[in-house]
Amino acid sequence: MNFLSVGNPRRLLKLLIVVFTSLIIGLGLLTPANADTVGEEYDYAVLGNVKIEGVAVGGVRMVVEGSGYSAETLTSDDGSWLIGVPTKDVYSVTLDESTLPAGVVVLEGEPTQEVELGLSGRVVMNFFIGEGERNEVSFVDQFISRFIYGINFGLMLGLASVGLSLVFGTTGLSNFAHGEMVTFGAVAALVFGVFMQLPIWVAIPLAVIASAGMGWSLDAGLWKPLRKKGLGIVQLMIVSIGLSLTMRYIIQFFIGGGTEQLPGFDSPKISLFGAVALSSNDLYSMGISIAVIIGFAVWLIKTKTGKATRAISDNPDLAAASGIDVDKVIRIVWIVAAALAGLSGVLWAYFRPGIKWDMGTQILLLIFAAVTLGGLGTAFGALIGALIVGILVETSGMFIPSDLKYVGALVVLIGVLMFRPQGIMGRKQRIG
Amino acid sequence: MSSNETPQKATGLHVGTAEPGCKKTDPMLVIDHVKKSFGGLTAVDVEHLEIPKNAITALIGPNGAGKTTLFNLLTGFDTPDTGTWSFEGKSLSGVPSFKVAQMGQVRTFQLTKALSLLTVLDNMKLGAKDQAGEGIFKSLFPRFWKKQDAEIEVKAMELLKRFKLDTKKEDFAASLSGGQRKLLEMARALMTDPVLVMLDEPMAGVNPALTQSLLEHVLNLKNDGMTVLFVEHDMHMVRHIADWVVVMAEGKVVAEGPPDTVMKEQAVIDAYLGAHQDTDLGVITGRIDTINEEESK
Amino acid sequence: MDWGTIINNTLAGLLTPTTIAFALAALGLAMHFGFAGLLNFGIAGFMAIGAYGYAISVLTFGLPWWLGMIIGVLGSIAFAVLLGVPTLRLRGDYLAIVTIAAAEIARLLFLTTAFTDVTGSADGLFGYNSAGGFSSANPFPPGSYGFGPWTYNSETLWVLTFGLGVLALCIWLLWALMRSPWGRVIKGIREDEDAVRALGKNVFAYKMQALIIGGVFGGLGGIVYAAFANVSPGVYVTSITFFIWTALLLGGAATIFGPVIGSVIFWVLQAFLSNILPELAINGILPVDGTQAATLRFVLVGIGLMLLVIYRPQGIFGDKREMTFVK
Repeated sequence: MNFLSVGNPRRLLKLLIVVFTSLIIGLGLLTPANADTVGEEYDYAVLGNVKIEGVAVGGVRMVVEGSGYSAETLTSDDGSWLIGVPTKDVYSVTLDESTLPAGVVVLEGEPTQEVELGLSGRVVMNFFIGEGERNEVSFVDQFISRFIYGINFGLMLGLASVGLSLVFGTTGLSNFAHGEMVTFGAVAALVFGVFMQLPIWVAIPLAVIASAGMGWSLDAGLWKPLRKKGLGIVQLMIVSIGLSLTMRYIIQFFIGGGTEQLPGFDSPKISLFGAVALSSNDLYSMGISIAVIIGFAVWLIKTKTGKATRAISDNPDLAAASGIDVDKVIRIVWIVAAALAGLSGVLWAYFRPGIKWDMGTQILLLIFAAVTLGGLGTAFGALIGALIVGILVETSGMFIPSDLKYVGALVVLIGVLMFRPQGIMGRKQRIG
Repeated sequence: MSSNETPQKATGLHVGTAEPGCKKTDPMLVIDHVKKSFGGLTAVDVEHLEIPKNAITALIGPNGAGKTTLFNLLTGFDTPDTGTWSFEGKSLSGVPSFKVAQMGQVRTFQLTKALSLLTVLDNMKLGAKDQAGEGIFKSLFPRFWKKQDAEIEVKAMELLKRFKLDTKKEDFAASLSGGQRKLLEMARALMTDPVLVMLDEPMAGVNPALTQSLLEHVLNLKNDGMTVLFVEHDMHMVRHIADWVVVMAEGKVVAEGPPDTVMKEQAVIDAYLGAHQDTDLGVITGRIDTINEEESK
Repeated sequence: MDWGTIINNTLAGLLTPTTIAFALAALGLAMHFGFAGLLNFGIAGFMAIGAYGYAISVLTFGLPWWLGMIIGVLGSIAFAVLLGVPTLRLRGDYLAIVTIAAAEIARLLFLTTAFTDVTGSADGLFGYNSAGGFSSANPFPPGSYGFGPWTYNSETLWVLTFGLGVLALCIWLLWALMRSPWGRVIKGIREDEDAVRALGKNVFAYKMQALIIGGVFGGLGGIVYAAFANVSPGVYVTSITFFIWTALLLGGAATIFGPVIGSVIFWVLQAFLSNILPELAINGILPVDGTQAATLRFVLVGIGLMLLVIYRPQGIFGDKREMTFVK
């Protein structure tokens, strides 16, 4: 998945192709509607989409060769192309760079790449193209760009992570359905902003409120009764897995398997300083994240409920004995956690960009990594953990293949558990 | 508790005056400079301590004195920051807990650890040492372990009979009462043929009807040639069965000696008064006059 | 509604290579979770390593099929050791997070384009069954075997026979282990590892052995599946792990036959739902379209898993008293 690290050199950031490296799952969901096609008579096909920042590029020459077969076509006005091939074999696909607009080249990999037809008999081949040349921007500039992207990503991970951390701290539950709470926020924004056509500045707050409402109902309808029933933490963990599957597929049921966009997802980049260029979306996103996190911190440190939350995380029995209404606090924690996760989902939908039924599952492990890195159950630790994970994910793309950038974060997760299981901020105690 | 016969106390355990860290004629455990702190708080700081062989030693002290932590350190369940200790002359520093147990130093836990979803008999059989069938390859073929398992079962049944649990052998340990679980845990520990038995609060939460039999079982351990070290809050039990008492406060050994004399020492009184609000005090009340007065204020 | 086809397809779900692969993986989880109390959420990783180990050995190194399969098994052992050494000393839920993360790492490494030559990237691997000689080792002459819903061609019959043989061996192994003193120690560790440690057992070694044995079962599940279908990284996602958990809990985590029967029930139900739901949709009984109907069965898996854990954690065949969730 290449959604996250779209930032390469300066011009690349300005002009970039959003490539849908989606899997074709028999459903043909992503089969281009009006592709300029050749070889339709064959059972197998290589196909793709040529777009720059969501804008289709027509008239680009594509060539498919292999097994003694050769065919070519030009992309249609919507950027799509399809070339039928006779056998299930390996083919080389070439994008003729000379037919791209001036200054636009293939940025990742060669303009000629090999594809192999898989089970479905169709294979998508998209090229990562944009203006400029790969090596034009210095290492340091690239690093700074990615670092800032990482902070942005880390902040939105942080929003999701503090919620997971609070829930873990107060109830002991490792909530595997937290990823779906992230997806839920994005989908709610989609419902309000696209389906209901509300202005986005109304849709997003509504989505956060809807998320909060879901947090309330999950606790009221599921988690509180289960706590009363006295389920163990392992049992609760598996219930949360069941909940995760249920929610994920319910979301797929309603929005399907494709990718949806929120209004204004393709805002133009603004050159800030040096090689750093950010879209207004990125700037808003960071601003909102920081504001909300500060608000959250004040809530946690200053308010009575916030203090009670921390007291319960420290010692639930003592907190209950000292007159704190544990159930009420946990209810609030669920509401806050769900609202933050929902907001994080909305921001992430702009960052990726796109809303997909399993987007939350994709970052669930990163959220776990952030929480563990910071120290299980410490909200501020989770925040720092999230920033580290975000920056690591974004900058690691410079050193390892970009489709392995999550691996770096997961390796760090395992490393932390090995050497400092209490995390960065966690207190040392006997574990295990 | 009403025990009519006074158990035979072991004497002549120490050399010189009975003061903290005094030498024993025949020590089983020797502890030197063992220190452990949790986040700046010193839980255990023992300069020198010897536990006498073939005797029952009680480890007492107010809550938070570091008794259980010391237990954990001595049995390898926790590692100290510094210090050395040896068991029958063999150093135990850095020896993992399971090896400590294999050497014959077995322990029980403050919160009883009956293996709830194993039957009482399986709990017992698990305790036996050197079982061929516990190796992964031999376990596949019963001929390697059937005979030994039958012998272990005979031994387990004998012990269960002694602890009056034989009728429950097929029950899950989860179905036992708290006191019965304590008994089971002790019986299971004996399956390992230990030389040193370390009991962490054997009486806690035990119904009074069972305490007498528990006491006798502890005394029997000594009669069977074992050494016992136990942590206890019940001062009556300590006086009744202990040959030697070690008093800890704030991680340090503040006094030791025979039960009758050590409890009158100022250091011991101070140690308990230092933890004035401690509920432990209630247990001691009526046993030591000074504390009784203090308590009634 | 074509009830004949629906019933036929449902009954066919009773015995398929997929069911056997699931049963093997669930058996591995029974060893891990049901008996040893180890929370392994990365069984998909073990399966992937078994399957890829076999396919890569044959395709890249030109080894014969049986040696490839042994290498797949060795791969899952190595994976177990790699996971176990750092985490078996940690608290149980840490193992859960580490295993799920490790399985994802494995999948992403198989998926990345960086190693396309060896792993086939997103397209996966195929052709190893004929290249390694597994197909030609088939003792059944070409033709049609069986009856009714259980009609197979000789290739499928060969995979089924092979898979059932492996499954029978694993069931025997698990049964023999769990009735022995070794099994007693393992169950003791599940209940309270400190207590077992205090009795002089090397808990770490036992947990590692359990992790390896269950991991090998999982790896064999991947291998049996690979013997039938192509190896594709899209199969070994975390959802598969959770489906296997569902199958395990359905049958009963701390039982020998529970995981097998749970897998069968899981796949029979899946076959039934994937046939009946679209039919209901087409006939207008369910107000959904065909794709939504297909999604619905996974929603039901999720709900089923929740209900199972809440109301019958011991599974269908588990001893009511021996619930494995007391902790």
